[in-house]
Amino acid sequence: MATAAPQQVDGATGAAEFQTAFDAAVAAEERIEPRDWMPDAYRATLVRQIAQHAHSEIIGMQPEANWITRAPSLRRKAILMAKVQDEAGHGLYLYSAAETLGTGRDELLDKLHSGRQKYSSIFNYPTLTWADVGAIGWLVDGAAITNQVPLCRCSYGPYARAMVRICKEESFHQRQGYELLLALSRGTEAQHAMAQDAVDRWWWPSLMMFGPPDDESAHSAQSMEWKIKRHSNDELRQRFVDICVPQAASLGLTLPDPELKWNEERGQHDFGPIDWAEFKDVLKGNGPCNEQRITQRRRAHDEGAWVREAAAAHAAKHSRTATARTREGRAA
Amino acid sequence: MQQTDGAPGTPGLSGADTAAAALALGDDALVLSHRLGEWAGHAPVLEEEVALANIALDLLGQARVLLSMAGDEDELAYLREERAFRNLQLVEQPNGDFAHTIARQLFFSTYQHLLYGQLAAGEGAFAPLAAKAVKEVAYHQDHARQWTLRLGDGTQESHTRMGRAVDALWRFTGEMFQPVPGVDVDWQEMRISWTATVTATLREATLAVPEGPRTGAWRAGAGRQGLHTESFGRMLAEMQHLHRSHPGATW
Repeated sequence: MATAAPQQVDGATGAAEFQTAFDAAVAAEERIEPRDWMPDAYRATLVRQIAQHAHSEIIGMQPEANWITRAPSLRRKAILMAKVQDEAGHGLYLYSAAETLGTGRDELLDKLHSGRQKYSSIFNYPTLTWADVGAIGWLVDGAAITNQVPLCRCSYGPYARAMVRICKEESFHQRQGYELLLALSRGTEAQHAMAQDAVDRWWWPSLMMFGPPDDESAHSAQSMEWKIKRHSNDELRQRFVDICVPQAASLGLTLPDPELKWNEERGQHDFGPIDWAEFKDVLKGNGPCNEQRITQRRRAHDEGAWVREAAAAHAAKHSRTATARTREGRAA
Repeated sequence: MQQTDGAPGTPGLSGADTAAAALALGDDALVLSHRLGEWAGHAPVLEEEVALANIALDLLGQARVLLSMAGDEDELAYLREERAFRNLQLVEQPNGDFAHTIARQLFFSTYQHLLYGQLAAGEGAFAPLAAKAVKEVAYHQDHARQWTLRLGDGTQESHTRMGRAVDALWRFTGEMFQPVPGVDVDWQEMRISWTATVTATLREATLAVPEGPRTGAWRAGAGRQGLHTESFGRMLAEMQHLHRSHPGATW
């Protein structure tokens, strides 16, 4: 509860006073709640970030769903189906969190479909083999968790609470992905090669998930000040690399970076340069699957229009019937 | 009737009957689960992504228990040819539009609910599975029923589509009541209850109950004898490809 932040009320209280109370609440690590006053830019930043996060869950279903019908054992198929289902659920949580800021799910989906809002660039890479499902679990979900755990302490209450639930499920997915790769790595020669190839293709895109370097990150400073963001992009990226290196070793797989090595002095790993030109290109819509992902999303939405219309028409008919019955009941 | 060989099953039934029956019921669940899995990322609304995946997962869970009663689940799922599958032709039908998927689900979950209800009440080999699964299936049936009502009694377009789907799939419904040796239920009673329940739902949804035959030009029980429709082979090719490409591998 944001006790220090005033409720949004009509009256003569000046904006400056609201701002002071908001700043104090943020400084005191209190949660900002939907009915509290907040700066317009804070609201807009959160809508943008939460919507992008929700969109990523929804688009992120595609590269993995690509393998549901081809999963090589019934156990793996069940795990993958459950995971994709969780992602749809995460999307739902996050759209709800965004809606507490005064926007609607339909409006946000419309922005996704028309390209006015983005989703994580990672989902514009294709899943070419079964091992990619494991690499996504280990690396992509791993990077997502590294990013999202600090969001559990984000200053906006509904987002922070959504992240607590999401992170629990994500860390489960991450362990499953790791376990999938481990089975491949310890399997036949062909399976091992499949695992290594997947890690080679997903490593660098995963590092890009932390966003541009700190000196080029447009929203970072303000988001840190508002305590939406708690650590810089580069800080989180470094933390992720340091976590992954020993995990890769115990998987028996290598990471595709000749410059990757332990730096005794820093107590962290040094790693090679990221191809930011590729990152920007993918963000601009020129990644391997941008077109395909958004087309499939639009198609699902468009082809489902008649179903949503039917549900609305049915509900309207039957709520009328119910209302009429209530009226009759009252009259009698 | 074959002699019992002491398998934990209905008295008078052999272990071989139980295994064959487990295969038939397991194949139903496996194949329908696969079809529902094809919806992932394509559903008309997010809530349906969750619901369809949920139903697919329940069915896959049932399939794994049932196939394990018949042998090794992965060997049975991934290494049998089309002619060795014993599922109903209904469950292998392509998803089509959302109305087709819902009609298929209404028909099948109504059947499964009656079947598991009877099996759960008995003391046969399937009673423990049925006792758990009947609760899942009640949810599936409710989901399909609610959508049948929404689509049938929704807009003109949804009414037309739902009617078309019910008509198209009706011919596959007779096969469900072909007795499966090793499954100790009253098939005649199942057929009567199924028809009453489905008829009531269709009427409430303002849809006509189809008058066409309930079996195709092939004999009833075709799927149970390994005679399938054309799309099924293609479905299996996709499902089995990776597993078959790495013989002997563990995943």
